[in-house]
Amino acid sequence: MINYIVRRIGYGVLILIGVNLFTFALFFTVNTPDDMARMNIGGKRVSQDAIEKWKVERGYNKPLFWNAEAPGTGRLTNTIFFDRSVQLFALDFGASDSGRDIGYEIRKRVGPSVALAIPSFILGVFAVIVFSLLMVFFRNTYLEFWGFALAVFLMSISALFYILMGQFFFSKVLKLVPISGYSGGSDIFVFLALPVIIGIVSRLGGEALFYRTMFLEEIGKDYVRTARSKGLSETVVLFRHVLRNALLPILTSTVAVLPLLFLGALIMESFFGIPGLGSYTIDAINAQDFAIVRSMVFVGSALYILGLILTDISYTVADPRIRLS
Amino acid sequence: MNTAGITGKSLRAALAATSCALAFAAGSTLTGCSEVWNNPHPLGSEKTNTMFVPFRERSPKYLDPVSSYSNDETPYTYQVYEPLYGYHYLKRPYELVGRTAVEIARPRYLDKDGKPLPDDAPGDQVAETVFDIRIKPGIKFAPHPAFAKDANGSYAYHAMKKADVADKHKITDFTQTGTRELTADDYVYAIRRLATPRVKSPSFSTMADYIVGLKEYGERIVATDKELRKDLAPTDRDLPFLDFREYSFPGAEALDKHTLRIRVKGKYPQFKYWLAMTFFAPVPWEAEKFYSQPGMAEKNLTLNYWPVGTGPYMLTEYIENRRHVLERNPNFRGEPYPCEGEPGDREKGYLADCGKTIPFVDKVVFDIEKEGVPLQAKFLQGYYDSPAIERLDYGTSMIVAMGDSKEKEKEYREKGIKLPTTIEANNWYIGFNWLDPVVGKGDTPEQAERNRKLRQALSIALDWEEHIAIFERGQGVAAQGPLPPSLFGYRDDGPAAFNPVVYTRGPDGKPVRRTIDEAKRLLAEAGYPDGRDARSGKPLVVNFDYQSSPTPGNKALLEWYTKQFAKIGVQLEVRATDYNRFQDKISKGSVQIFFWGWLADYPDAENFLFMLYGPNSKALTGGNGENNTNYQNPEFDELFKQMKFLDDGPEKQKLIDRMIEIVQKDAVWSFGYFPTSAAAYHQWIANGKPTQIIRNHIGYLRLDPGLRTRKLDEWNKPIWWPIPLIAAVLVAGIVPAWFAWRRRERETAGRTLAHEGSAP
Repeated sequence: MINYIVRRIGYGVLILIGVNLFTFALFFTVNTPDDMARMNIGGKRVSQDAIEKWKVERGYNKPLFWNAEAPGTGRLTNTIFFDRSVQLFALDFGASDSGRDIGYEIRKRVGPSVALAIPSFILGVFAVIVFSLLMVFFRNTYLEFWGFALAVFLMSISALFYILMGQFFFSKVLKLVPISGYSGGSDIFVFLALPVIIGIVSRLGGEALFYRTMFLEEIGKDYVRTARSKGLSETVVLFRHVLRNALLPILTSTVAVLPLLFLGALIMESFFGIPGLGSYTIDAINAQDFAIVRSMVFVGSALYILGLILTDISYTVADPRIRLS
Repeated sequence: MNTAGITGKSLRAALAATSCALAFAAGSTLTGCSEVWNNPHPLGSEKTNTMFVPFRERSPKYLDPVSSYSNDETPYTYQVYEPLYGYHYLKRPYELVGRTAVEIARPRYLDKDGKPLPDDAPGDQVAETVFDIRIKPGIKFAPHPAFAKDANGSYAYHAMKKADVADKHKITDFTQTGTRELTADDYVYAIRRLATPRVKSPSFSTMADYIVGLKEYGERIVATDKELRKDLAPTDRDLPFLDFREYSFPGAEALDKHTLRIRVKGKYPQFKYWLAMTFFAPVPWEAEKFYSQPGMAEKNLTLNYWPVGTGPYMLTEYIENRRHVLERNPNFRGEPYPCEGEPGDREKGYLADCGKTIPFVDKVVFDIEKEGVPLQAKFLQGYYDSPAIERLDYGTSMIVAMGDSKEKEKEYREKGIKLPTTIEANNWYIGFNWLDPVVGKGDTPEQAERNRKLRQALSIALDWEEHIAIFERGQGVAAQGPLPPSLFGYRDDGPAAFNPVVYTRGPDGKPVRRTIDEAKRLLAEAGYPDGRDARSGKPLVVNFDYQSSPTPGNKALLEWYTKQFAKIGVQLEVRATDYNRFQDKISKGSVQIFFWGWLADYPDAENFLFMLYGPNSKALTGGNGENNTNYQNPEFDELFKQMKFLDDGPEKQKLIDRMIEIVQKDAVWSFGYFPTSAAAYHQWIANGKPTQIIRNHIGYLRLDPGLRTRKLDEWNKPIWWPIPLIAAVLVAGIVPAWFAWRRRERETAGRTLAHEGSAP
């Protein structure tokens, strides 16, 4: 198993290099360093001198991938790509293009992101499993029909609509929670209650239908018949036997995204004014701040790779038949 | 308010919330649960003298006075820094007053030999203008670690190592602070610093043309900076201190501790307006020294994030793209609230605080609000005292919304929202390209006369009153000339307020647009009877360039223009393009007529009339001038040359009157309209006079926290009854499910298998 994990980490590094290369190429296909300078300097009277100076001070005056003028390995290393990538693998994110310390910002913002994402995730998974198992339990009854209809209804509505309606109804009409904002300490519950509920409801429909299919697939299998023939109650059959056997696909869709929770929810943070990593990324994209964008993409890829490794490990826990080698 | 207090209150709120929730669970009545729940600010902060306002999109980019040039930065820069001059808060037309200067300095003029000239000497004889500006004594900088000294009298934080800064991320992380008196040297330092190559300095190129020796000084400083950085990588952020005290130039000097001398090339009366901008805010050398230490830049500890000034407020919190807080500067000397204003100010209550010491508000909290929906909701709930403290567009849109919806009008009125309006130094017009053979100057005197009549006819046909009513929802006034009412040069009884070419006087003396018949007559005299060329018989087609691509949104507007011209039989060919292409065409002079606007840089008639000054022609200067119509009139140009050297007074007024008459007759613009702008404040904010020119207005605003607290309680009573209802619906769903569950649990295996058999 150790060998397997080491090998996966090795692949992960290669994937990270690829992702970094891809982000780099994509970003500079649509933006030139001159565009970035113009955007960052901002305001009236942006002279070409100012643009050149901005680029020199941030190292954007070098060639992107290949420096034909440099001697020896400098051709490869004296480029924007090399400068920026090596730094990342040392987990030194450096400064944003506007001059701020990215590492410090990430540390400051991970808290609010996690505060929103973890409850949404845990409560969401719990609600989805209960809802889908109940639909399976009441299969072929009017309860399943209405549960199914409700799930399709919930799934059909865009997350944005939930946000707007939630803000309108609970904040504007009922005045029960602040419409947006964030605060640490005990006030955190007041600010996060609505986004967490919306986070849960918006994914409930689609995921419950997916899980229901998983469970239905299991329920027709022989071991379920055996369990029933032993005289086990339907509740025990479902929650102990079926749930455990249907765990593998569920783990795939949950554990892999677990580390990504640290990255925050882009839209949710933006609408609710939560100063997390999601809104940090969106701000950076809007400001064409490549230093932040590449850092966040890098962190995202690394966490996703970590998530996939964790998923593999969790398989061995969920199903003793699986061996990683 | 301290953090502990806030947390304590929040905990109490949480307890109250829990008890409320338990009360529901027990099915008890809803009394005792009326506490405000949706307050996004720390509980209890509404009772303090703290103003809450939003900021949009992102944090300000530049707070360094050398770099800051954008409207969204001004709520911070103009409260923290104090330029030499400012504007009288209430008077209109705008009047310059001393801010840290004792008074507006009277300029002295010198000829090319350095000999004094009289005040009325012709502008072209003036080789140099000298401003000797007296600074008020006793002004202190806000507390800042850069000034802190230890027991030995040495600066506490001027010899730090990178490791010392490792745990510092904000200016309040430094425990010691200090202050000192503002001197003329701080202004000299700031003016020298305009030449810095280290940060963006947008005013440098313009100022280098005017301030004696600044251009050469800039070159010297660039060389000095290069020398200082010669051993450093270009990307290095820890730069050695570039101490401007060591490098002087003759254009800016301190004559003594409280007298600043600035020497300007030639005569440039508008220079005084520059002295009211933060480019001319004092910069203490201690701050530059402090921020240039190793490790500071990496931590964003720079003047760009943490300004140091003498103004009424100081920046105590800067969380990028989240929150900024201004707090009262304890060292601020206090200034009296004005006792004079423009007519009507007393009735509007703007003079009620006459003589009281400003600033009134202790703290201003700026929270980010990226989306429009939460912003509006929070303002209407009372959690923002103003939806936009530095802009006037939000208030205007609220007035428009009131016109559109009776419900909104009722809500805004019931909540007592104040939407004071103003006509600011901003206009929109249709310009006729002077280089065009049909609507332009004309090659021969006869042709020129015919073209003028055509322009006059088209100006009459364009019914701007209707435009304002339809497209601006009544928020604007039709322009009679190029000057907006808020500037010197506009007189209610002068030509700026009445254009005899397009209007006549009505029975009540008010301007009434001339009739379409008169426009048709002029059109016929221009050689286009009924809109057809008298010689060729072909219809007259005018090309109209519009500055954005045609969209469903502007379709109605473009059709409106077409209809206006059709009233006198002229066909309009609309050429709507994107803004870049539009600008390009204007620069080349390849347009016939076009729609454009102007927002003044400073409140002087020169800043509008220069758009009609011949040598500023856009097409003839390769796009560098602002005369978009390329208008040329020798008499106007001569008058402009005289006028730009004059200070506000009867002589300048006379010249402006004549210049306006000339352009009204030539009808080079159809003068369009001056849009109304409106501020928006809640009823508990006093003294909110709308302005786009005065940027240090926050200190004048007064807040009534008691009224705010009462209104917040009244407007934000939580409505709880739907919650038990939702719970009841859920229970109603769960109960049958529970019974079904029980039934299923008890049923026989055979029956379960029967279910399975019928499963899909």
